[in-house]
Amino acid sequence: MQWIFMGCGFIAIAFVLIITIYLVMAGIPAILEIGLIDFLFGTEWDSTHQTDPKYGILPFILTSIYGTAGAILIGVPIGLFSAIYLSKVANRRVANIIRPGIDLLAGIPSVVYGLVGMLALVPAIQKWLGLSSGFTLLASIIVLAIMILPSIISVSETALNAVPREYEEASLALGATDLETYFRISAPAAKSGIAAAVVLGIGRAIGEAMAILMVAGNVANMPSILSSVRYLTTAIASEMSYAAHGSLQRDALFSIGLVLFLFIMCINIFLNQFLKRNKEDSA
Amino acid sequence: MNKLLTTGVALSLTLGLLAGCSSPAPSGSSSALSGVVETNGSTSMESVMGILAEVFMDENPDVTVNYSGTGSGTGVESAMTETADLGLASRSLKESEKVEGAIENICALDGVALIVNPANPVSDLTMEQINAISKGEITNWSEVGGADLVISFNGREAGSGTRGAYEEIVDVTDQCAYQNEFSATGDVVGAVSQNPNAIGYVSLSSVTDDVKSLMVNGVVCSEETISSGDYPIQRPFVIITKEGKDLSPATQAFLDFAMSPEAAEYIVEAGAVAP
Repeated sequence: MQWIFMGCGFIAIAFVLIITIYLVMAGIPAILEIGLIDFLFGTEWDSTHQTDPKYGILPFILTSIYGTAGAILIGVPIGLFSAIYLSKVANRRVANIIRPGIDLLAGIPSVVYGLVGMLALVPAIQKWLGLSSGFTLLASIIVLAIMILPSIISVSETALNAVPREYEEASLALGATDLETYFRISAPAAKSGIAAAVVLGIGRAIGEAMAILMVAGNVANMPSILSSVRYLTTAIASEMSYAAHGSLQRDALFSIGLVLFLFIMCINIFLNQFLKRNKEDSA
Repeated sequence: MNKLLTTGVALSLTLGLLAGCSSPAPSGSSSALSGVVETNGSTSMESVMGILAEVFMDENPDVTVNYSGTGSGTGVESAMTETADLGLASRSLKESEKVEGAIENICALDGVALIVNPANPVSDLTMEQINAISKGEITNWSEVGGADLVISFNGREAGSGTRGAYEEIVDVTDQCAYQNEFSATGDVVGAVSQNPNAIGYVSLSSVTDDVKSLMVNGVVCSEETISSGDYPIQRPFVIITKEGKDLSPATQAFLDFAMSPEAAEYIVEAGAVAP
């Protein structure tokens, strides 16, 4: 019986190993053929050009970084304030209404975010800013910011709830106001948990494909806030179904996958560090 | 996602067909056929192949016709390497491919319609204007008789059969200045229907009432003008066989069926135009 459980445990690890090995094996050949520098720092991607294809993924890397940073910039303040509100300010009845709403937000499939973004947000951006098209980096940043809210709120709320009540009472007893207590005492005491929430948000944003495929416009431009852009994820998603087997284009898409994989691995390592520190803090 | 969607559409189309004609006339002689027919290629041909395969399998219960939507390039390749019985391409074969022994069987025609927002006063463009808009040389609607709005040119992602056909026919291959690239036809229609600045291209069968289909050189995009050859932006749906290769009886029967006048009504039902 024990073997069955052990087997199940190892299956998950086996999948991680298989995927890693496969991705490395599939991703390396194109990088070797294109050249690491040309691949990572080339500013032009035109994989289907008939005579002179180009495989530079710098636009995708920068877009992924800008898009994620933008989403964090908008999402973290809103998420953190919501978490403080839920954890410290709101009375229990109100919090019990808001919390399921946030869980619901987490449960909405990403394609629905994309659809609503495409039908509501994109035309609105076009109208407000007087652009010729609303499919922009800005639209994708807003969609991503909304998508990462639930994870930021719930993880930082958990961290804030774990702050010992005595800290806050001591602060209040010394004459600090409520606000001062939240921002000077509670938030710093929960900082590693909040950092974990931010990293989790980054992980979610950088790995998202479907929603931004529908709002970002998907042209391989160097990113600017009001231009149509392509992320690492959407570069793979939009070309994979048409890339011929054995072509350099297909191999290059795997290489993009490898780059994305490395990005996310780094984020996960960071996340684990934060979580570990968090555990030690609260222990 | 794209594949899932098209599979879903094909499935619902074929189901509708089943409900619609419960007893297709059996073509007596082919009843003894059996085997599997593998077809592989153009994703644009999904709905046409879905209906043809369904009808054919109804008439020949022992035959299974499989379709994999991989793209026209792969379709030609699979016919040449014999990894599939029949290759599918939504473009004419290139000379180089014909030299290698690929044989072109045109089973249907498909028009690529140019669509704009219904609010756009422009209703007719010449091929030269379309060419210039695609390349980004004309950037404002006022230059072609419309309002003073910047043109937003929307197309499909690299590798799409529709994009390949459009760029080749309009002679803008690898020169297009896209503002947006979408991975599904429906997204192009959706984007254009919401944006008075936008112009996009889609298959004739995907044009809805939410968008306005433009005349090209004064010719309306319709089944009649495509089939007569008057509408310039059109492409053939091609079934590819390899020269000198013996087809299995089931494959030959399916090819004959797809090329027969009998198949025409199903091809129209699938949104394409019979040649």
